[in-house]
Amino acid sequence: MKVLLRNPRREVEVPGPIGVDTLLRQLEMNRESVLVIRGDTLVTGDAVLDDHDDVEIRPVISGGCC
Amino acid sequence: MKCRRCRGPAVIEVRRHNAGFCSDCFLHHCHEQVRRTIDDFSMTGAGERVLVAVSGGKDSLALWDILLDLGHDVDGLYLGLGIGEYSDQSGDYARAFAARRGAKLVEVDLPADYGFDIPAGSAAAHRVPCSACGLSKRHLFNRAALDGGYDVVATGHNLDDEAAVLFGNVLRWSTDYLGRQLPVLPEREGFVRKVKPLVRLAERETAAYCVLAGIDYIVEECPMAAGNRHLGYKHALDSIEEQSPGTKAAFYFGFLDRASALFTPQAAVEQDGLRACVSCGAPTTAEVCAFCKLLERART
Repeated sequence: MKVLLRNPRREVEVPGPIGVDTLLRQLEMNRESVLVIRGDTLVTGDAVLDDHDDVEIRPVISGGCC
Repeated sequence: MKCRRCRGPAVIEVRRHNAGFCSDCFLHHCHEQVRRTIDDFSMTGAGERVLVAVSGGKDSLALWDILLDLGHDVDGLYLGLGIGEYSDQSGDYARAFAARRGAKLVEVDLPADYGFDIPAGSAAAHRVPCSACGLSKRHLFNRAALDGGYDVVATGHNLDDEAAVLFGNVLRWSTDYLGRQLPVLPEREGFVRKVKPLVRLAERETAAYCVLAGIDYIVEECPMAAGNRHLGYKHALDSIEEQSPGTKAAFYFGFLDRASALFTPQAAVEQDGLRACVSCGAPTTAEVCAFCKLLERART
């Protein structure tokens, strides 16, 4: 499946099926710092993503300090 | 994973609550957290007019949406900072949200209205961009609220923001800042009340709220903020939170419950020395306020 990453915007190819938590570990991402979006909704860490899924991993940290 | 409230399939897990939520119940959860925060800290009263500072990002748009849903009399304020394409896109998201909700958006533009932008102004004043930006926002949010007859300025500071600022202030024992780090700063001569209704929501929750509520927001980070100290504190706290969910909330709310009052006298002493800026009339401890000094340097 193609996984869209942000900041900077890029795509990586990941073979499915794969669990969300496993995917985040593979990509060395902290699950407290991102959302995983499949299609137009969110998925939890125990969800399994398939090859045909449209997936985005969106960072949630914003740099605004004031 | 099941939704804690309705037992349907969950779409988001909030580990510090040891809970999962479906979309509808998560939106309800966010509304309740904000409603409870407003009530517990007496942030607004009946009939008061609220001005929410809107950046086009997830926090401020989520806050505006929730305040509208909760029935508050709330308008948005967008401050154009002149940070190139980032500011252009941010403004577009704020305007699109206002149009979608049929809400009023007040706009102030630093380059057009004050003759400088954050990149040039911070360089001219020898300040880091986030410092010049924060200073300008605080001054202009207050100015716009006073000019527009609003009772309260609401900002989208979330739990992560407050925990990161607290972390930085504790690391440096910045006692003056610790005394002012409260979810409500009461109104006083020259200042409207300032409130932070999102302090019970982590930024992962405000981002999730926007996705699930169908709110488009600017995902890209401000280019001026890349690598700033505040982001480093957030990453450090997220590493701790991943191992020990609930740590950020315990840190921040523990401070409010058990420590913040110890620092209030120091902050009160500083506020006693306030007088009117000779240039703009805003309250300041100096002859000329920090914003007018920035303005003067940025224009020369």
